[in-house]
Amino acid sequence: MTIGVVVFPGSNCDHDVLHVLREVCGADARFLWHKERDLAGVDAVVLPGGFSYGDYLRPGAMARISPIMAEVARFAREGRPVAGICNGFQVLVEAGILPGALVRNRDQRFICRTVTLTVESADSPYTRGYAPGQVVRFPIAHADGNYQADADTLKRLEDEGRVAFRYAGPEGEADEAYNPNGSAHRIAGVFGEHRNTVGLMPHPERCAEEVLGGEDGRPFFEGLLAGLTEAAA
Amino acid sequence: MRPEPEVGPELAQAHGLSPEEYEKAVKILGRVPSYTELGVFSVMWSEHCSYKSSRIHLGRLPTEGPQVVQGPGENAGAVDIGDGLCAVFKMESHNHPSFIEPFQGAATGVGGILRDVFTMGARPVALLDSLRFGGLEHPKNRYLLTQVVAGIAHYGNCIGVPTVGGEVYFNDIYNKNNLVNVFCVGVAQTARLFKGVAKGVGNPVMYVGARTGRDGIHGATMASEEFGEDEEKRPTVQVGDPFTEKLLLEACLELMAGDHIEGIQDMGAAGLTSSSCEMASRAGTGVHMDLDLVPCREDGMTPYEMMLSESQERMLLVAKPGHEEAVREIFAKWDLEAATVGRVTDDGRLRLTFGGETVADIPVRELADEAPRYDRPIAAPEWVEALQAFDPETLPEPADMNPVLEALLAAPTIASKAWIYEQYDHMVRTDTVVLPGSDAAVIRVKGTDRYLALSVDCNSRYCLLNPYGGAAMAVAEAARNVVASGARPLGITDCLNFASPERPEVMWQFAMAVEGIADACEALGTPVVSGNVSFYNETLGMGIYPTPAIGMVGLVEDGRRPVTCGFKDDGDLVVLVGSDGDDLGGSEYLAVWHAREQGVPPHLDLALARKVNDAVLRLMDTGCVKSCHDTSEGGLAVALAECAIAGAKGAQVGLSTGGMRRDALLFGESQSRFVLTVAPANRDVLEATLVESQVPYLVAGWVGGDRLQVGVDRKLTLDRPVADLSEIHRTALPKALEGGAA
Repeated sequence: MTIGVVVFPGSNCDHDVLHVLREVCGADARFLWHKERDLAGVDAVVLPGGFSYGDYLRPGAMARISPIMAEVARFAREGRPVAGICNGFQVLVEAGILPGALVRNRDQRFICRTVTLTVESADSPYTRGYAPGQVVRFPIAHADGNYQADADTLKRLEDEGRVAFRYAGPEGEADEAYNPNGSAHRIAGVFGEHRNTVGLMPHPERCAEEVLGGEDGRPFFEGLLAGLTEAAA
Repeated sequence: MRPEPEVGPELAQAHGLSPEEYEKAVKILGRVPSYTELGVFSVMWSEHCSYKSSRIHLGRLPTEGPQVVQGPGENAGAVDIGDGLCAVFKMESHNHPSFIEPFQGAATGVGGILRDVFTMGARPVALLDSLRFGGLEHPKNRYLLTQVVAGIAHYGNCIGVPTVGGEVYFNDIYNKNNLVNVFCVGVAQTARLFKGVAKGVGNPVMYVGARTGRDGIHGATMASEEFGEDEEKRPTVQVGDPFTEKLLLEACLELMAGDHIEGIQDMGAAGLTSSSCEMASRAGTGVHMDLDLVPCREDGMTPYEMMLSESQERMLLVAKPGHEEAVREIFAKWDLEAATVGRVTDDGRLRLTFGGETVADIPVRELADEAPRYDRPIAAPEWVEALQAFDPETLPEPADMNPVLEALLAAPTIASKAWIYEQYDHMVRTDTVVLPGSDAAVIRVKGTDRYLALSVDCNSRYCLLNPYGGAAMAVAEAARNVVASGARPLGITDCLNFASPERPEVMWQFAMAVEGIADACEALGTPVVSGNVSFYNETLGMGIYPTPAIGMVGLVEDGRRPVTCGFKDDGDLVVLVGSDGDDLGGSEYLAVWHAREQGVPPHLDLALARKVNDAVLRLMDTGCVKSCHDTSEGGLAVALAECAIAGAKGAQVGLSTGGMRRDALLFGESQSRFVLTVAPANRDVLEATLVESQVPYLVAGWVGGDRLQVGVDRKLTLDRPVADLSEIHRTALPKALEGGAA
């Protein structure tokens, strides 16, 4: 099993994701350079956080036309796993692989802190290791993480159970007071139509080791790896 | 091309060169300099680049030690951290630009110091900032703070180097001269450190990175002058592009992983001029550059403009013979330009040609190493004694100490800085083990069992009242912060911010401060491996307080775990290590409660400081320390409150005045003290270790409950719910900045 981590110019969580996959989860992982035109036989793709192309134009707007993205889109359409974290989520949204848009935070400022989320659905390769409704703590670090979509899209996401993570209070309270960036429905992450793709603003790779103060992010990667192993068996 | 202005003493003066300096340049050349040459001399001999007023004093600083891998003189210093790795670090000021244009000034300050670190072959792993602003009741200061923070966030967040800590002080003395000092730490393999040398006659000199524009021309000269009234200096501030710098960083590190280059240096202040001169000077060679080959962003740039531009995100390197193509390929991969612009020569001259004509031909050694040096007049100002003569005992003692504690926790200098550091990505790279808000920031070194503890400190009020003692206390506090986190202090970088060196009292402050740093570094075993001097922080004759900011790097050795300041478990013993003196002079309490910045600042006993630090580290070795915090601004009471706030736990503590005033006991800022906690079962280990170390200590109480209660001479003197203190501490800065919105 090999996981590919795409490196765009300006990606800066690429090493972090590779570290967790290799050193924490013991997985085989490699970088995929954005100028490549094939995915080198990887079994899953992660688009990491950062500032691809300096966030010029709009976050993710330039990265989506990088040569490798045509392959990532095809891979996603084939039902293979593609995860976008932070800037990776923004790229997936810009590429139309995931619905909605990520706009400037409500308070117009970059926010870096650990927030509480609820895992809204355990029915995906990424969330199978969590209990539905489980309260987890993930760091966020973004200026453009305010998730918005039109009413129909939001309704469809809710009806189909495709909200992956939601911002919540310390005990999982469904309260707008705990919405750090103004996201519609307090959405922190969503699944694609077939649940093989996911995008989320919080950073599971920043909370996958005890030394960093928490391991809530680890099941995100372990679930993905377990799913790949089962599929191969 | 426009005709160039005629060069003479007047034009030289307009370039910031004194008549004597101009004469010296004429003598070196044996003729009147060309316009380009005049520009080159003016920036190389600016205070900023030449250290002409400070150099004779800086020799006093200790720079050696078994841990030192690279001392001052290179782009950054380095200390050994084991396993063949070293920590590469430096701090630099970007004060003047950050007043003129705070967002870009601060952003390019971050960019510049990052390049100083990665040009050594190190991957930058952490940034810290030391900031000074005037009081936040003035709208201009709120604007400056907001923009400086946004600029630091813009650059650091984008390039993906975590901003893990720092310090901010507020005092109206910084109203027209805010300070922005940025401290960057990187990690490199010691065997693969790169230097800024133009080695190997005939080797290609290559220009890599962003193109050269007309921005920042004379930035170094601007930073070497005081401000006047209403001067339009904005065009001298550079504009940063962190995205290009990220590409440059990755390309340089990829390049350095191979065997392609002899030397490399970033183009910082004075850009192409200083990088080419310094590289040739260090190697004892010369450099010939054909300026027609310099990649320019704009048409029609003159040699003068190219040599003086401070466009950002550029580096100059000397490739090994036959490796030019390899260099070009790596940079092309990262969509960056790499152009061969010249060769290393053996004639010891900086020779520049343009359009087939020689436009500059200057001997490098005279230009770089024989820059003017001044032994400027020194005189202790009379007002220092007057300020010190104030006796805090003459002030009425507050009847109720609770509002005093609350006022101190709400003082912007002490209040929580979360509003600031939450705008910085302080977690990227997944190494930040102790987040901002504790004593030192702690980052792990991946692939080892070690951690680096980083702190930046300076109390400039102490430095005003006693520049020697204040500077020594800055070193001591930085060391204490690192020790409180479980790390052994290894070395420092300093950023010496002062007013005009042309005033004898400022030079006295400077010389005294350097002495203080030197003595403290010797006593604490922390050599100075890099640094920066920023003079002329004054406006219309009003100078800043002396502000020698100290950046400290410490190492948490194998097997030790970093310690944080928050109280951990109910029942833990609260222990005060070190002894209480009667030290109200220069305290935050005097400033906040009595509106006085006077008195004799705390006395620092360096031998005791070392002894207490060693004792605390020995305690850490036993594994019994559950939390640890040093006492600094606000004294013991604020230190206890900070431990309680960070741990969201109360404590009951009993103290005795022993003849001192209660306010001196609670809020005095005696040095060399720690507040730490241990489990009750470890009391024996604690006492045995401290007795053996011969340091004073007091088991003063217990962690527990939800109130902070401090009894003085058996009378309950402080008693507040921790939640209330926490709320005051957390909301004070946002309230000061935005009128209440947290």
